Amino acid sequence: MSGNTEPHKEEAVYVYEAPVRIWHWVNAFAILVLCLTGYLIGSPLPSVPGDASGYFLMGWIRYLHFSAGYILAFGFLFRIYWAFVGNSHAREIFVPPVWKRKFWEEMWHEILWYLMIARRPLAYEGHNPLAQLVMHVAFVWAIVFLIFTGFALYGEGAGMGTWVHTLFSSWIIPLFGQSQDVHTWHHMAMWVVICFVIIHIYVAVREDIMSEQSIISSMFSGWRTFRNGRPKDHGY
Amino acid sequence: MAETFYEVMRRQGITRRSFLKYCSLTAASLGLGPAFAPQIAHAMETKPRIPVLWLHGLECTCCSESFIRSAHPLAKDVVLSMISLDYDDTIMAAAGQQAEAIIEETIAKYDGNFILAVEGNPPLNQDGMSCIIAGKPFVDQLRHVADHCKAIISWGSCASWGCVQAARPNPTRATPVHKVPGIADKPIIKVPGCPPIAEVMTAVITYILTFDRFPELDRQGRPKMFYSQRIHDKCYRRPHFDAGQFVEQFDDEGARKGYCLYKVGCKGPTTYNACSTVGWNGGLSFPIQAGHGCFGCSEDGFWDKGGFYERLTDIHGFGVEANADEIGGAAATVVGVAAAAHAAASAVKRALHKGDDQ
Repeated sequence: MSGNTEPHKEEAVYVYEAPVRIWHWVNAFAILVLCLTGYLIGSPLPSVPGDASGYFLMGWIRYLHFSAGYILAFGFLFRIYWAFVGNSHAREIFVPPVWKRKFWEEMWHEILWYLMIARRPLAYEGHNPLAQLVMHVAFVWAIVFLIFTGFALYGEGAGMGTWVHTLFSSWIIPLFGQSQDVHTWHHMAMWVVICFVIIHIYVAVREDIMSEQSIISSMFSGWRTFRNGRPKDHGY
Repeated sequence: MAETFYEVMRRQGITRRSFLKYCSLTAASLGLGPAFAPQIAHAMETKPRIPVLWLHGLECTCCSESFIRSAHPLAKDVVLSMISLDYDDTIMAAAGQQAEAIIEETIAKYDGNFILAVEGNPPLNQDGMSCIIAGKPFVDQLRHVADHCKAIISWGSCASWGCVQAARPNPTRATPVHKVPGIADKPIIKVPGCPPIAEVMTAVITYILTFDRFPELDRQGRPKMFYSQRIHDKCYRRPHFDAGQFVEQFDDEGARKGYCLYKVGCKGPTTYNACSTVGWNGGLSFPIQAGHGCFGCSEDGFWDKGGFYERLTDIHGFGVEANADEIGGAAATVVGVAAAAHAAASAVKRALHKGDDQ
């Protein structure tokens, strides 16, 4: 095609506003802490020796889990707020345009791209349709589920009459039947998020190398650069 | 008009002084302030003893066994002075025709003014034939008495949730009282446990009779005063949990030192009951104190929540038995391997087509 004759044309678009970028990394860190401490709450470390009064290991693990949970939850609330006041890209993961034909057609192209059948990916300023849908289901809803079940379990310890118990535990625990099932589902949802994270990181690295736009550096700088010119049609 | 509690107690030779002491003690055991003692005394002097019909469905009688061991108040005081236990086929003297006649007698005499206490639950399959009382399915007796009672006490996990006879696959379709189709819409108080703690049972009765209403209930219909906290919240081994000291096996050093039983499957963190505060057998002990984890007998469906000695519940339906972390870990491994394979394939493809565009 071109290469040697045409001049190299690199364009950039400001996609991820600063609050979104800060949220992304705070959220990523919170998820890391939550998964590690959460796993250790379900399957604790080997016992520490000596007198109980000298240790607070499980206490600290739980404290970290709850703190990171608060950060995740309030960060998520802020992120929803930013979906309203931020630019159009801030809304993408919350409302994938599933009612649009073009969305599904381009998703099919994206699937072909990952099956290595399509030779070239489409370029997008924001998320591609497949990414958008996966983020909506396996991230947004999984996180909502984890926040609700998480606070329901937290409210059990906080006790009846506390706001956490009233807002979450009082109806979520009976909804599942009892506390044990809420624990089980909370674990399952964690693994959904872990699977999401594996795919998310892999795909971000792959697209950064193989597609014609920047991915990883965009989440640091906010700018998305296009190696072969910005897409003319970027919406649905 | 039935006798009042006070009249019955005086007739039994109890002095007024002892009666007032009893009222104060009852107020204290219910967690009420001193101002409530005269209220209890007043209620007992003026209110007639409420008749109680205690029906038995599919059950093991552990609720009754627990009940008769109550120390504060003594079960005999409850049965002889506080309530008029008109029918309880397990502990009543009458049998056969005489016993069954009492039910109709009570309904005729106190229609809408007696308490129905249910121990066990009715099976619904085979037209209820798996539990026959006096020649008829128990479910019929239950519905009939429920039609005429004032309120229902669901004793134990059977009546409250279903318990062992309702465990998967529940062949007789044993059904807890509040889910029995066609049962009268009466207030139901659940007192779950297998069995419930004796003092909890007698305290619930005392409260209902004293104040003429149920104690405050949670969303699932359990009295908050006994079921608002988990075993874990008040467990005397909690410091070992917070420190991170666990029994790994029942014969290890941790078990001898009384460490937390979390890792050997204690369900204290998910079980709402008063064992760790009230205790059993007059406060002598409770399972964790005896060195065995709680297995959550007062929780809904506790027989179906995996092994009693495992912390996480096994999930069925994947063709294998595995807990959430095993299933999730396997899924994450599959995703990770798939990502790595995809990355390798992408690299190979890119290498093969390198230069195609140029």
